[in-house]
Amino acid sequence: MKKANSRSVMPRSLPKVPSGIQGLDEITGGGLPRGRPTLVCGSAGSGKTLMAMEFLVRGAVLHDEPGVFMAFEETAEELTQNVRSLGFDLDDLTSRKKLVVDFVRVERHEIEESGDYDLEGLFVRLGHAIDRVGAKRVVLDTIETLFSGLSNAAILRAELRRLFRWLKDEGVTAIITGERGEGALTRHGLEEYVSDCVILLDHRVTNQVSTRRLRIVKYRGTSHGTNEYPFLIDEDGISVLPITSLGLQHEVSDERISTGIPRLDAMLGGAGYFRGSSVLVAGTAGTGKTSVAAHFADAACRRGERCLYFTFEESPDQVIRNMRSIGLNLEPWVKKGLLRFHAVRSTLHGLEMHLAIFHKLVQEFQPQVVILDPISSLIRAGTSEDANAMVTRLIDFLKARRITALLSNLTSGDKALEKSEVDISSLVDTWLLLRDIELGGERNRAMYILKSRGMAHSNQVREFLLTDRGIELADMYLGPEGVLTGSMRQAQEAREKAAALVRKQEAEGRLRERARKQEALEARITAIRKEFAAEEEEANRLAAQEQAKEQVLSVDRDAMARSRQSDVHEAPRPRGNLSGRT
Amino acid sequence: MKRQRDTTKKFEETPAQPPESDRYVLRLYVTGMAQRSTEAVAGSKSICEEYLDGRYDLQAIDIYQHPHLAKDERIIAAPTLVKKLPVSLRHVIGNRSGKDRVSLGLDLRLKT
Repeated sequence: MKKANSRSVMPRSLPKVPSGIQGLDEITGGGLPRGRPTLVCGSAGSGKTLMAMEFLVRGAVLHDEPGVFMAFEETAEELTQNVRSLGFDLDDLTSRKKLVVDFVRVERHEIEESGDYDLEGLFVRLGHAIDRVGAKRVVLDTIETLFSGLSNAAILRAELRRLFRWLKDEGVTAIITGERGEGALTRHGLEEYVSDCVILLDHRVTNQVSTRRLRIVKYRGTSHGTNEYPFLIDEDGISVLPITSLGLQHEVSDERISTGIPRLDAMLGGAGYFRGSSVLVAGTAGTGKTSVAAHFADAACRRGERCLYFTFEESPDQVIRNMRSIGLNLEPWVKKGLLRFHAVRSTLHGLEMHLAIFHKLVQEFQPQVVILDPISSLIRAGTSEDANAMVTRLIDFLKARRITALLSNLTSGDKALEKSEVDISSLVDTWLLLRDIELGGERNRAMYILKSRGMAHSNQVREFLLTDRGIELADMYLGPEGVLTGSMRQAQEAREKAAALVRKQEAEGRLRERARKQEALEARITAIRKEFAAEEEEANRLAAQEQAKEQVLSVDRDAMARSRQSDVHEAPRPRGNLSGRT
Repeated sequence: MKRQRDTTKKFEETPAQPPESDRYVLRLYVTGMAQRSTEAVAGSKSICEEYLDGRYDLQAIDIYQHPHLAKDERIIAAPTLVKKLPVSLRHVIGNRSGKDRVSLGLDLRLKT
């Protein structure tokens, strides 16, 4: 343990011991308080003994911390048998000096009480067992049995207090189990003595489906998840499934992968979904959710990726047949081993079992793409809150592994479409909404992107067509008459085309007329210009005539003067006289 | 089935046993020299002498010295007086201030 490092992450947190139980260490932020007792309480059959035993076994195997199991209810043989199904070999651990199981039998009919006593016998046994293997972990299961074997409660309480004190002094990390009491965590109020960390286990049956849950009631001096977390007991022991492990630190990818529908890729910023994101396809019945999912599966397999397809309502053959009708052949992918279907009725087992199967299959098949179709049917396996929590955890689980998840969700017609029935909308990265539009006596499909985190995406509603070449997305007709789809859209488109032709012809006509007018004007201008030129010519001619006339006159005058022998012809003639210029 | 046969056999054998089995084998488990320990040792000794007069085998054992015995003899409290014989194992815990209850535990009342 790097001290400096852990201090920088959690400044004033207690030192912790990893329990080794899947998920529990994530919720508790590192495990149980080191060197202190932890109380695990719950009703009968809630898994207390198993959790305690796993704590010891994991400690011995994984962390080299030997343990002592002090059993008050089951003998060592019974315990060994009970946990063998979980793969724990207690005999082996015992022979390797990693584990001591001490069965403390308390039989009331064999015991007489007479006067003062203490539980030093128990202390000595425990101390001896701890010394024998150098135990770091201790389990007392269930110490409250003492209350039924011994009648002097005052002595017992004092001794229990002393026992827990002593455990702390010994520096062992202990789990003390306690039976759930009425209105209290334990029947005899053990929580009064063990106050550092209290974990409550619960096994509830709702709608005939059982779910185990775990809650950290209290963990002094540290932050911890406070929710109820479902947990499973299967052949690998206990696994607690944190809804969101305390942090949200999964790596994200900038890689984009095709949706399998080119036009949808275009709507999603031209490239499709982000790898490792979660996609919700919501819609009412028959809007084509499965088809969208199948396209995505097909695209993944085309890229050579593995795809795990959970179907809750149809059999694999049915999906394959139905998809063939829209030109999508999934069968070769199944044969190639790229596509694996897992068809199971959602009501077959409880949600925790579903989740366990998801985990197992995902770990086994290592897919890059997981499809759940539809998640809404999981509600039938539990309450909607449980389904919600489960899907949340599943998304988280897949995200952490960078698996792209596509979930389809059936929304019923009477509910707001923008609210998914399994309310996981805030968790998904891309949300496609499919809806039907009834108009003009026919039903058509439409699709739009409600949200898509981290990418520019189209805000357009597209008509969603299922053709024999797969899904096609067409533009919606948006005009003065509203949104039109299907044959009404086609009719409208035809009408528009005709109208456009008429408009075009009209415009051409107008252009021609204008040209004609222009021509006419130009002709008139030329005519006027010609007239003007003629006028000008005439004017010039008249002026020349006048001048010639004048000249003749002046010559005549001179001649006349000469004939009258005028004597003034030597003298300069006044200005303005025409004859003066000649 | 097997268990049933065993008990039947045991039941039939019990009356056939010789009177020596009337001996009391008692073990007193104490913790060191605490006051309760010494009280218990003194108390059990006097009771044995009073009622059993030589027909007893009483040993006081310090579980601090022999911790493994605590597990083998299924001791949880101290002091504990264990009656090993005659059959019907019995643990009497406490410093035995009340003699009647001890006697009851030791099946001694029947003898007197």
